[in-house]
Amino acid sequence: MKETRVLLANIDEPDLHTIAVYERLGGYGSMRKALLEMSPEDVLHQLEESGLRGRGGAGFSMGKKASFIPKGTMDKYLCCNADESEPGAFKDRLLMQKNPHLLIEGCIIGSIAAGANKGFIFIRGEYSVQADILDAAVSEAYEKGYLGDGILGSQHTFDLVVHRGQGAYICGEETGLLDALEGKRGNPRLKPPFPANQGLYQGPTLINNVETLCNTPIIVEHGADWYRKFGEGNSTGTKLVSVSGNVQRPGNFEIELGVTVREVIYGLAGGPPEGRDLKCFFPGGSSAPILTKDHLDLPFTYEAMAEAGSMLGTASVIVVDDSQPLVPLALRLAEFYRHESCGKCVPCREGTNWTVKMLERIDEGEGTPMDLDILGQVQDNIMGNCLCVLGDSMAMPVASMLQYFRPEFEHHMEEARAKRDLEEAVA
Amino acid sequence: MTGDPGGIHAVPLPAGWDEAVRLDEDPATIPDPASIDVPPGLRAEIEGHMSKYPERHSAALPALAAAQRMHGWCSPEAIDQVAAVMQVTPAYLSSVATFYDMLRTQPVGSHYVYVCTSVACHLRNAKSVYEAIERQAVDEGLEDFELREFECLGACDMAPMASIDGRYVGPLTEDDAPDLVAALNEGREALPGRGLSDRGFRLPWAEGGAAPDRPGPPEEPDVHPAGGTWEDAEVLDVPPAEGPPPHSRPIPQPLDPGTSVVPDDEEDTEE
Repeated sequence: MKETRVLLANIDEPDLHTIAVYERLGGYGSMRKALLEMSPEDVLHQLEESGLRGRGGAGFSMGKKASFIPKGTMDKYLCCNADESEPGAFKDRLLMQKNPHLLIEGCIIGSIAAGANKGFIFIRGEYSVQADILDAAVSEAYEKGYLGDGILGSQHTFDLVVHRGQGAYICGEETGLLDALEGKRGNPRLKPPFPANQGLYQGPTLINNVETLCNTPIIVEHGADWYRKFGEGNSTGTKLVSVSGNVQRPGNFEIELGVTVREVIYGLAGGPPEGRDLKCFFPGGSSAPILTKDHLDLPFTYEAMAEAGSMLGTASVIVVDDSQPLVPLALRLAEFYRHESCGKCVPCREGTNWTVKMLERIDEGEGTPMDLDILGQVQDNIMGNCLCVLGDSMAMPVASMLQYFRPEFEHHMEEARAKRDLEEAVA
Repeated sequence: MTGDPGGIHAVPLPAGWDEAVRLDEDPATIPDPASIDVPPGLRAEIEGHMSKYPERHSAALPALAAAQRMHGWCSPEAIDQVAAVMQVTPAYLSSVATFYDMLRTQPVGSHYVYVCTSVACHLRNAKSVYEAIERQAVDEGLEDFELREFECLGACDMAPMASIDGRYVGPLTEDDAPDLVAALNEGREALPGRGLSDRGFRLPWAEGGAAPDRPGPPEEPDVHPAGGTWEDAEVLDVPPAEGPPPHSRPIPQPLDPGTSVVPDDEEDTEE
């Protein structure tokens, strides 16, 4: 199994993060083409035609999103979502650390398509090394005149600011990100109005993931028809896949959408450690419902994962091998979402809390068989009832674990209870 | 208003829950800039952040981070100084500071060690690594460091891992704890060569290009799984001609037209 390297083509080039090396390899050529040879409408059209779907999780068509930005002379904004906080995801980190200029070029092309003149890269505070690299790259681009007023003598003006978050998963949610960028607590907003109409500072705002924006220079350079030939069906292009958990070679790989999950987990990441077998995996970060061995031969596409009851999400595959008990894993997962819930919506704030409490009870031998039913009901009552999908992000995987591995939960509960009884008897 | 409010609160509130607020006083107003002494460096940095945004409030996060770097934590004094420069109320800044994990509202030490114990690291034994580091830190009396478990730091490839003031190190084992804590105590770089941003850093399983499935940029034309070829990578080493650089990223050639099915209409998805 080989990778299909488009975004990562030059990633091992030494000093790729400097503008000199990036330009030597053809960098900023797409920006020139988009500014000097194409009209903004052409750029937008190419992005729409390419079928590029958002790489941050939701998988919404990037071109379509950009086309929702109203025309007119009001202040419009571009936000790059670099708040990569999903457990299992680390693809944007690689892109920003090794190839920051690709992202900057992508931001410029995105701003041309959306007509934005001010852009922000919202990077999570923990990525301080990467933020420093981006800061340096932005200064280099300003020096070269690729950012600022009248880029390359054209009419297009675009300013770019690297904004560091301070550690909140919820800021990866697009409206939470906007609030954090406005200097508030990062609570999600009610939608509609969607950010394309009223986003940052109430202006039209295009928000895209790092990887999505990094794809745009490639599309502009080679054309939408070329790009669309990679991938399968409505999942066009290549995708960075972060494989982690119980595999022999965790890491980032670039694949053509449509290769099978087995090829990703076994072919690229080496599969579970010697002597162990795959139990289940999260196909799209910890928010995606788990899938099992039966799903290994599905094509890794947005559609196939959705059909199997999960989602491609950020394409962060977390592999769980058969030595891992599921209850502590579910508990750790729920604890993450309890910690990161912003507390604005009751179902999420209380649901994540009660899920943790129930799983703790089960793990400590205090659980009753009824708990599993209530656990399922709590998940049902979170899903779809909040402003954003953070609560759903816990409810879906926990519910899917119950769905596929209920006997294991029951068994764990019995064992834990027997152990507790024994300890009490000894005491 | 102190003590246990009783009534419906079945769980007694932790001691000191209301220390941060003086409910008997009026809320603090926007400080008079003349009344608060702000270190010039901090003032310049905050004003620099404010100038980058169309709205000055946007500078709240970077400004608080800057004040935290100076004071070690978002102390009332630090918040007052930021409030004086930004001309917002201290309450507004407190509301922001209490939301974000990396802004500290208690004095905890001016350096940090975050050990990731989130889902992917959990699967690779992160909890015992954290406990080993914690034990070691207690034994050796690690001071001025905030050591805590942290949610996913975005480095699951090097799991289990830790972030030492932003420097990512991993993959860790329990045996690394003595070295790590000793280095922190002595103020030198912990686990040199094992930081993500260290020059030449490679994951153990990628060492020496031994992993057959992690190729570097292909050196000779290589068949793309879908049938095309890679461009010859050597072409890239030719210095660019004068004028606009050629569009020559080393990426696979597309397929012949017509070999893949392209759908006519796009699927409607929820945003």
